Amino acid sequence: MYVAVKGGEAAITAAHELLARERRGDPSLPEISADQIREQLALAVNRVMCEGSLYDGDLAAQAIKQARGDLIEAIFLLRAYRATLPRLGYAAPVDTGAMRLRRRISATYKDLPGGQLLGPTFDYTHRLLDPSPPAAAPAAQRRPAAPAGEPVPQVTQLLDREGLIEANAGADGDGVGDLTRTPLAFPAGRDLRLQALARADEGFLLGLAYSTQRGYGRTHPFAAEIRMGEVEVEFVPEELGFAVPLGQITLTECEMVNQFQGSATQPPQFTRGYGLAFGHAERKAMAMALLDRALRSEELGQERTAPAQDPEFVLAHCDNVQATGFVEHLKLPHYVDFQAELALLRQLRAEWLAARGGDRQAAPASASDGAAQ
Amino acid sequence: MTGGISYNFAYLDEQSKRSIRRAILKAVAIPGYQVPFPSREMPMPYGWGTGGVQVTASILGPHDVLKVIDQGADDTTNAVSIRQFFARTAGVRTTTDTGAASIIQTRHRLPEAPLAEGQIVVYQVPIPEPLRFLEPRESETRQMHALEDYGLMHVKLYEDIARHGHIATAYAYPVMVEDRYLMDPSPTPKFDNPKMHMSPALQLFGAGREQRIYALPPYTRVVSLDFDDHPFARTRFEKPCALCGARDSYLDEVIIDDAGGRMFVCSDTDYCEGRRAQAAAAGGAP
Amino acid sequence: MLQPAFDDPVRQSQAVFRLALRAMAAPGTIVACEGCPTPPMPLLAPAAALALTLCDFETPVWLDGPLAQNPDVASFLRFHTGARLVPSPAQALFGLVADSARLPALASFAQGTSDYPDRSTTLLVQVERLEARGWRLEGPGLRRLARLWAAPLPAAFVAELGANRAQFPRGVDIFLTTYRSIAALPRSLRVAEAA
Repeated sequence: MYVAVKGGEAAITAAHELLARERRGDPSLPEISADQIREQLALAVNRVMCEGSLYDGDLAAQAIKQARGDLIEAIFLLRAYRATLPRLGYAAPVDTGAMRLRRRISATYKDLPGGQLLGPTFDYTHRLLDPSPPAAAPAAQRRPAAPAGEPVPQVTQLLDREGLIEANAGADGDGVGDLTRTPLAFPAGRDLRLQALARADEGFLLGLAYSTQRGYGRTHPFAAEIRMGEVEVEFVPEELGFAVPLGQITLTECEMVNQFQGSATQPPQFTRGYGLAFGHAERKAMAMALLDRALRSEELGQERTAPAQDPEFVLAHCDNVQATGFVEHLKLPHYVDFQAELALLRQLRAEWLAARGGDRQAAPASASDGAAQ
Repeated sequence: MTGGISYNFAYLDEQSKRSIRRAILKAVAIPGYQVPFPSREMPMPYGWGTGGVQVTASILGPHDVLKVIDQGADDTTNAVSIRQFFARTAGVRTTTDTGAASIIQTRHRLPEAPLAEGQIVVYQVPIPEPLRFLEPRESETRQMHALEDYGLMHVKLYEDIARHGHIATAYAYPVMVEDRYLMDPSPTPKFDNPKMHMSPALQLFGAGREQRIYALPPYTRVVSLDFDDHPFARTRFEKPCALCGARDSYLDEVIIDDAGGRMFVCSDTDYCEGRRAQAAAAGGAP
Repeated sequence: MLQPAFDDPVRQSQAVFRLALRAMAAPGTIVACEGCPTPPMPLLAPAAALALTLCDFETPVWLDGPLAQNPDVASFLRFHTGARLVPSPAQALFGLVADSARLPALASFAQGTSDYPDRSTTLLVQVERLEARGWRLEGPGLRRLARLWAAPLPAAFVAELGANRAQFPRGVDIFLTTYRSIAALPRSLRVAEAA
């Protein structure tokens, strides 16, 4: 005798206990700490902060631990936490020109004011998987502070002085939009597009950016500058009327110089692509800069032919928390709708067979459309 | 991240509730129209009902009695999870009894028992836009609604008939609301569409990931699309529920052995249990 | 002196919202609105409660003459809701009116756009009398004909409601409030003079 299945609640509790055990792994091994993750898996932490839209290395590290290393799950944890935080206001725009540089390179000039500073990069390492423990760095040499010197101006400013690159449009009278306050509507302004790209999935942006380099919406990019280091974050409380420093964050900024463009009223100039990411995150900043430029195609009078140039396509699908939610939701029960499809299919098959003689076996229809209501 | 953090009543902060409440009021004033709202990340993933949860969290009060169902059943894992969420964050009374609930949050079904004035149904909606799979661009579909240009949908239905002899849509069957807006009733089977028409209850629809809220006030005209020569037909099941004998409820197919033997039971577990309890009290099999 | 708002904002705003929802979902129904704060005159408790519940820094608010004249009203709203006050009805998402006899033309408020009809003004209009008789109300939310009458209102009010309805889905939505109750007229409603 069939008894309706019960026990959903008990099943969930048991699943959570099992998850906790799996998360710990082999108990004879030391438990990993969030501090270790923050320090030694810093690039994972950076990605989680960037796509979680919350600059907090400790929380991001905890999220990675809680998520068992699944970075999108960690990003989701951080976003959900962020949604509970009270909003105080908007910081003043950070001045990346005043960044204390720890890395700064330009592909457009052999040498330039401020020089090429390699910093901590994988770029010229040989990718030889090395199971032997790395040589321990002397304890004192943890993170050399960037020499506090004169701020180094961006390469694009040098081009700007000669009028070779388009000016950056300032914010218009409406101010800057806030993606977290208003649902994205199309056409979306560049401010909202950049916000969406900043929190977008690195893999999705990487694939699309790659596509532009292979002909799917070519933008002729040159990496004018990639810089990484610390900037000051400031807030101007209305009651005080002056800027209050809140602290420093690490940013990676990428400025691409792209295909030149002219018009009847303007001589040809290079065009821009911009990327910005929390922490040290070059792949993200570069992919973002390539896509920023690709999404400006229509604005710059180019024909839109490729997915990377399609704002609605890119922006509607770049948020990995949304994407994973919807893809994975297919695991939830859908048997009611499936039953409706089964019934329809069985009916259509029965009719198809009946129309062709009806001597082949068909499963009896379980349901059918009855007389009109 | 959970220790030491206290959350607001029903989890959402008041500012989020206010934006959602404003959206709900506009939705009720414009039946069937999708109102954009700033969806928040919730503790459950997009796709798990965050839109429904945000709507419920914004309307819920300490005196409400909440029922949560998924596929018509109170005990499916996600319904359990959502019910626990509200029990924990709102301390609200929960129930499996449709008649006793003031708010019913649901995924993919409407209860079989007729609803009453004062009840509110909150539907979880994955894709709020009925034209989405015919036109992926929001910029286009929003204009279609503005111009009441639903030709794409009519063509699709006509092509179904030409190809299959039937409109080949079994669930999320599109409806016209008050002769103006084309609406997606959420992935309820078309069997449930007639219940939405002129319902005494208020019906609210929340899509978290897509960031839309829409509504059917009570006693609103909701008409399933069809053609004169292919009128909308209610689904009828060949057999009654194997457990309670109901002939008028939506049935789940349950595979009972390796040979593919199957039986059909009410998808609405509360309805089925109620009928069985009544029959037992009356002292006989249905 | 700043008037206090809700004692228990979380609970009270939820309760007031449910009253507003009931009113909007069953147009013309006169809903008792109790437990409201004591706002600065001429703002009355139910309209103040609706403003406290629905307005915030994202909703520009327009005040009519009598309300704008008392600076306490503006302070009350700004302090408790953070709402920005705007000089023109067309810029407002909420319009508060104490002198209902001189209610501005409905067309002077934000009407929404055909793509986004929701971006229109919600009016909170304080009237002296609200009674379940008179005008004929039909439309979504109503199983059968309902009746409502409110005063004082401009002579052209019902005709303006007709024009509002004629441009559906655009249009304004209206809460009528007294010193202790509210009723709602969504734009979807068809209102005719008493036969």
